[in-house]
Amino acid sequence: MRLQNNKNIDQTKKISFFFDGKKYYGYEGDTLASALLYNGVHLIGRSFKYHRPRGIISAGCEEPNGIVQLELNEFTEPNRRATEVILYQGLIAKSQNRWPSVKFDFGAINDLLAPFFPAGFYYKTFMWPPKFWKTYEHFIRHAAGLGNSPKKDDPHKYEHYHYHCDTLIVGSGISGLYAAKIAATQNLKVLLIEQENQIGGSILSSNNYDNKINGKSQSEWKAKILDELNKLNNVKIVTNTILFAYMHYNYLLAIQDLQPNKGTDKKNLIRQVVWKIRAKKVILATGSIERPLTFNNNDRPGIMLANSVSKYLNGYGINLGKKIVIFTNNDSAYQTAIDFHYRNINIVAVVDVRNNLEGELPLKVKNLGIKIYTSSIILDTSGRNKIKSVHIKKINQNNVKILNCDLLCMSGGWSPTVHLFTQSRGKLRFREEDSCFVPHQTFQDTLSIGSCNGVFDLKSILNETFNSVNNFLNTNEKESLNGEIFDSEVTNTGKQKNAWLVDKENISKSKMFVDFQNDVTAKDIKIALSEGFQSIEHVKRYTTNGMATDQGKTSNVNALGIISELSGKDISSLGTTTFRLPYTPVTFGALAGRFVKEFFDIERTTPIHSWHINNNALFEDVGQWKRPWYYPINNEKMDDAVNREVKATRDSLGILDASTLGKIDLKGRDVSEFLNRVYTNAWSKLAIGKCRYGVMLGDDGMVIDDGVTTRLGEHHYLMTTTTGNAASVMSKLEDWLQTEWPELEVYLTSVTEQFGTISLNGPNSRKIVESLFPDQNFNNENFPHMSFKELNTDGVPCRVMRISFTGEICYEINIPSSYTLSLWNKCISLGESYNITPYGTEAMHVLRAEKGYIIVGQETDGSVTPIDLDMNWIVSKKKYDFIGKRALTRSDTAKEDRKQLVGILTVDPSIVLEEGAHLVEVETSIPMPMVGHITSSYYSPNLGRSIALGLVKNGIKKKGTKLIVPTNNKSIEVEITSPVFIDPENERLLA
Amino acid sequence: MLLINCPYCGEREQEEFSCGGEAHIERPKNPPDLNDDQWADYLFLRQNIKGLQYERWNHSFGCRQWFNVARNTATDEILAVYKMGEKPPVVESNDPITPCGEPAIGSGNFSTSKKS
Repeated sequence: MRLQNNKNIDQTKKISFFFDGKKYYGYEGDTLASALLYNGVHLIGRSFKYHRPRGIISAGCEEPNGIVQLELNEFTEPNRRATEVILYQGLIAKSQNRWPSVKFDFGAINDLLAPFFPAGFYYKTFMWPPKFWKTYEHFIRHAAGLGNSPKKDDPHKYEHYHYHCDTLIVGSGISGLYAAKIAATQNLKVLLIEQENQIGGSILSSNNYDNKINGKSQSEWKAKILDELNKLNNVKIVTNTILFAYMHYNYLLAIQDLQPNKGTDKKNLIRQVVWKIRAKKVILATGSIERPLTFNNNDRPGIMLANSVSKYLNGYGINLGKKIVIFTNNDSAYQTAIDFHYRNINIVAVVDVRNNLEGELPLKVKNLGIKIYTSSIILDTSGRNKIKSVHIKKINQNNVKILNCDLLCMSGGWSPTVHLFTQSRGKLRFREEDSCFVPHQTFQDTLSIGSCNGVFDLKSILNETFNSVNNFLNTNEKESLNGEIFDSEVTNTGKQKNAWLVDKENISKSKMFVDFQNDVTAKDIKIALSEGFQSIEHVKRYTTNGMATDQGKTSNVNALGIISELSGKDISSLGTTTFRLPYTPVTFGALAGRFVKEFFDIERTTPIHSWHINNNALFEDVGQWKRPWYYPINNEKMDDAVNREVKATRDSLGILDASTLGKIDLKGRDVSEFLNRVYTNAWSKLAIGKCRYGVMLGDDGMVIDDGVTTRLGEHHYLMTTTTGNAASVMSKLEDWLQTEWPELEVYLTSVTEQFGTISLNGPNSRKIVESLFPDQNFNNENFPHMSFKELNTDGVPCRVMRISFTGEICYEINIPSSYTLSLWNKCISLGESYNITPYGTEAMHVLRAEKGYIIVGQETDGSVTPIDLDMNWIVSKKKYDFIGKRALTRSDTAKEDRKQLVGILTVDPSIVLEEGAHLVEVETSIPMPMVGHITSSYYSPNLGRSIALGLVKNGIKKKGTKLIVPTNNKSIEVEITSPVFIDPENERLLA
Repeated sequence: MLLINCPYCGEREQEEFSCGGEAHIERPKNPPDLNDDQWADYLFLRQNIKGLQYERWNHSFGCRQWFNVARNTATDEILAVYKMGEKPPVVESNDPITPCGEPAIGSGNFSTSKKS
């Protein structure tokens, strides 16, 4: 049975769960940690490096020890903090980092070997000899790490949610609730976020008798405010939601666990939601985290943070010990003694490092008859799997006294939770009197209130919240809260005393843990300092202090204190390490949200896609497009299929889905002038109904795109771009128009998806268009190469161009997308008697390479000019200027021995070169200078041999000479040739 | 993530925009008259200021319009937004005052102490 008057537990709802295969019971409202502690399970896991037995030390997200593997198979999740897991029916958890069991762990031998594993052990040991690292790594990887990641896909769904509000309040403790009430009365849109499953923050760990607000217990006060807030439409309260990132312009990210008490039942529902919040103002009321104390063997199960023990007592109704000792350097831990007193449990003793106890709480404890050892420290503890006793002694004396105990509550003071504040770029200040980093200067619309602002006394918190929140929100104080102002009695607090190292003399032969999760001891820090590491950032990385999954929430300030004490430097001069996002670990699933699998990237398909699938096409990704790669027939291999497609196209008729080519519609008075400026050749004299090939350069003179542009009317053109560059060309054209030439009247419209494009290639292509458009004469006189006609088929208007990317007679038909598939089917049936062969991108590449046509992005790589491509003919000499013109005469672009496009033929025609292969001179010496490389290489079925294109230094003048392609086991002899392998006289093209 | 006030559409998330580099670099009207150095200046040389920088931005997933932004690159604060063709507004420095004497503009917290 739980103690009565607890705040979280519903004892009418019993829940069963499994830990390490054993069945236990808890209640609704429990966390896994509280349920385990209630069942007397203190030993939760083994530590990271030394495999020491470890138990839960806290009751929140700062927990370094109590981490478990949750659930099985595809649902499994490693490194979950038991203090954050809400208990649900049938939960399955396992201890981590132990073999064969948590009580008997083979790896614990590391604990005995600890003298051999000091800070930097891995760096020092596994560096030599260097080539052995690969051997070591295998073993280190096996020994390191905590839980196991799932091997199967996550069956859960995750969602992203955008939210805008006037005031975001993070944390629902006393200050957060108070701030929410003030903001709510101002009619502001308020979002209140709480990381735990219950509203209340520190209220949940308080008793019902002390620290009343306006005469009410904190729980009653909370209930009243919550009741008021819940009635308002402008206030939204979300629990189980951790704010994990605070970025620019008050953009914040939070992760919400939806129904965490449902476990794996919700596999078809959304498990977690990432909230993307834009807030006009942000109020941080994130509270503070208690610090452990650093003494020998301070990591045994049963040694816990004092306030967390109070939380288990008051919040969950669990009494964690019969013989309780408290070890502290400040007043707050005395509250835990008082909390136990209210439950009629008397504690053994309080050990306080301070000499004079001036505060109210110690006095109260003293009057309760509890033994207080002042000026005393704990030297050591005993108890293998649970604490059994503590060894205490007075400072500067040698007598050691042993106190038996089964629970040690410790408090080394408090660290304000300034993580989000510093993520917001806020600057911190170090406050000497209680060793706190407190918010100092803000750079966004941010306010820190309550203990995250370093205010710990209840009365001060209430006053500060009232004043600074009203000020922050520019509200009229008198009107706010209808005159109701909250107040409390003052509690006088005694001074805190620094106790970073209570037993400095014995540090070298002790295990005083600072970072529990990464097993970093005070000795490790001492070693790092003695080896010359000075910066806190370096000490952190060398010792790995604060680098575990808890990111040093309990250890960072202690490490600073120890460095300060050992080095004699002030903490304020040491600075802090960076508080990075996320505040607590976030699942990859949540960050990915819905953008997984088919939603990871947009997939674009053409109107003919279904036909390609039905006809066995394999697809190639070109940008976001799915393009048919080749169409194998009857288990045909790729080479055979491509050769068949290439041959059929040259011999008779091939058909290509060219719908993915970028199409830009240009209209306006000045389109001709615009084209003159962005292409290298002249456009003013292009007649209506004619097509022209153009090469587009960057202003550095390098080729960025090519394509055919058709003049549809006086002020109307249709530009085609390469498939992959359509968007970037469009955006670059807009850029020139808007920023450099606003005087030009040109309107650009992308029509890529409005038209499908069917390309008919080969000597018999004319037969098909003649059937499709019987009224049109397709002879060379009426419809010559590089011309355009607007025609109708079955009443559908088509734009037909005679242009070619294969060197064969070719007609490209642009037809509205919705009619494209039916026209394609019609072409296929009309072409049956001509062996019409659909071909994919691979055959398209071979066909154009046979003819020596370039592909931008294959023959060019951003460092190739049209001159390099031997395309002088397309670069206008008459135009005063065009984009890229001036750069073509820069000393580097104009020099003689630039790499130039040539054909490359292997002396042995059966060898197909690797694309990207290097070319060197026949007579050369080591180091062999590379004179060029292969850009395209294929087997040409029409020539019955291999062909290649390449860029070779001064290659145009070197045609006919030999080069060598060095490969792993042989040197391949090649000859430089013209890049046009088929039909150099254009007889086929113009037939 | 920035919140950018597009002069045509209003405040939108940064993910709708793309940055086009330094602003107010005009393409020369007389390229043939320029020597290689002058052309290289226009083509390649850009400022990379830690502090106030004038930049071109495009509302690429919105109205597709280009405009200019005055941004402090160290603090990511946007100080002004104005249309293409408009003169850059005079913006006062907004370098932060630092509490512990570390450089005025830097990253992280005060990890560097004042050297005496």
